[in-house]
Amino acid sequence: MSDLSIQHAIAQLVPQGSRVLDLGCGDGAMLAHLQKTRGCTGYGVEIADANVLACVQRGVNVIQFNLEEGLALFGDGSFDVVLQIDTLQHLRNAEVMLRETVRVGRVGIIAFPNFAHWPNRLSVFKGRMPVTKRLPYQWYDTPNIRVGTHADLAALAERNGLQVQDSFGLQDGQAVRFLPNLRAGTSVYKLALPR
Amino acid sequence: MIATPLSQHFPHALTLQSGQSLRDYSLSYETYGTLNAERSNAVLICHALNASHHVAGVYEGKENSEGWWDNMIGPGKPVDTDRFFVIGVNNLGSCFGSTGPMHANPDSPQRVYGADFPVVTVEDWVNAQARLLDAMGIQTLAAVMGGSLGGMQALSWTLQYPDRVRHAVVVASAPNLTAENIAFNEVARRAIVTDPDFHGGHFYEHGTVPKRGLRIARMIGHITYLSDDVMNEKFGRQLRDAVRDKTLDAVQSQEAGAAGLFQGAGAYKYSTQDVEFQIESYLRYQGDKFAEYFDANTYLLITRALDYFDPARSYGGDLSQALKRATCKFLLVSFTTDWRFSPKRSREIAKALLDNQRDVSYAEIDAPHGHDAFLLDDPRYMGVVRAYFESVSKELQA
Repeated sequence: MSDLSIQHAIAQLVPQGSRVLDLGCGDGAMLAHLQKTRGCTGYGVEIADANVLACVQRGVNVIQFNLEEGLALFGDGSFDVVLQIDTLQHLRNAEVMLRETVRVGRVGIIAFPNFAHWPNRLSVFKGRMPVTKRLPYQWYDTPNIRVGTHADLAALAERNGLQVQDSFGLQDGQAVRFLPNLRAGTSVYKLALPR
Repeated sequence: MIATPLSQHFPHALTLQSGQSLRDYSLSYETYGTLNAERSNAVLICHALNASHHVAGVYEGKENSEGWWDNMIGPGKPVDTDRFFVIGVNNLGSCFGSTGPMHANPDSPQRVYGADFPVVTVEDWVNAQARLLDAMGIQTLAAVMGGSLGGMQALSWTLQYPDRVRHAVVVASAPNLTAENIAFNEVARRAIVTDPDFHGGHFYEHGTVPKRGLRIARMIGHITYLSDDVMNEKFGRQLRDAVRDKTLDAVQSQEAGAAGLFQGAGAYKYSTQDVEFQIESYLRYQGDKFAEYFDANTYLLITRALDYFDPARSYGGDLSQALKRATCKFLLVSFTTDWRFSPKRSREIAKALLDNQRDVSYAEIDAPHGHDAFLLDDPRYMGVVRAYFESVSKELQA
């Protein structure tokens, strides 16, 4: 789902040797990258058969189930980092999953398409839903059932009493820290339960 | 691939979990592929209720003698015998060659064991399998694999001999049986034990076989191995051909209006004991076939081994504590329509392994065939097992 530049930018947020849970891990490329370059261990979670197969082929541990069922398989604080890269926007229970992410992980790293990125705003201003490289779907067949902005996630985190350890935008593989809600196609949050 | 059945005799007693022991015993087994110089590429296949050591290949000159997991194991197959040395072994108490209830009882040599064959457990089977590996000079298994009751043995290997297993592939299995599952086993056992031909398990000396009991046991089993959907798709409410033909004749002789009423509904024989529905015919056929070759005491022993298996039992039911001993890597597979060994049960194993931070992958295959799916060719299932064994093979070469 997510492209390589996003994965590599986010990989840098994951400390060496972390135990990682990657929710919606796709073909396992991110976990394989983390295992190889940062000595991480852990598991991916996937629902799609083809992705489960790809993970096993890569030698990445993968657990097949629907994230809508929640994370009951995983104990409190059982991971250093829980990743949700381009996953949250597909989930009906997005808010519950946000809380589950920081229950299971000491840190949750969330990345999702920022609907407030200026080209999207421009498109809506012209009266049409955006179709871009980052949001490539037509409104009627998009799997992105939760459409939010960089600013929206800050509000949701606050509403759930989660601590934002860091947040920024990503555009063309680069971190965007100045006006990310306007200037970045991808929003990134590093969240934790308050200490 | 030609398979050759082999046998290994063990002259030393095997102490069983029950405290009883087998003074001496033999195990029937087969091997496929070549053991490498490091003796590191062995894969042990554990069988379920009614299977045997004949896992793959065919017997010389015998058509239709494919092993029970021939679609999974062989040259170029998911468990590739060009890379792995695969071992199939028949369990103690079974009826396909290994020491079992139809063999002579050393304590009363004129008599076969019959009902006096000691109760064996999954753990006992694994101990016997380990002795076979010792005899073959194999210290460590590249993988142990099994489905259903075979999966329980694979899981038990990782607990009894954690240092001797690198990978475990546990398919359509469970960490123990639920009450419903034990209940099915009990109905099957009662069918056998109450058959007048059973003679308290010593039917051999009466020259009888409790076929009625075995048939019913098998019929019950078959119902639970399929899903409602598959049974409906395969048989639905179809009547047997002979009956239907009669119906059509009857329908044709009637007036159009009345024919419309009877068409589709078919005509019943209005009998209570005839085989009318296709599903009845199928179950009777399966029951008859089974009663011809399977031993009644073996059925009792193997279902009891299923009932008893419960590695969490000595840990107050805490499976995570129980699986702490397991250090190998795991592949777990379940099938969504399997209600006898449901995905929920495989997830319990997955959770216990996750709690212990063990390497585990879990595939939940959305196949329609119920428990039987583990023996069938689903490309997603085959693909995942193939990919997993490719990684096992890569590890061996590294």
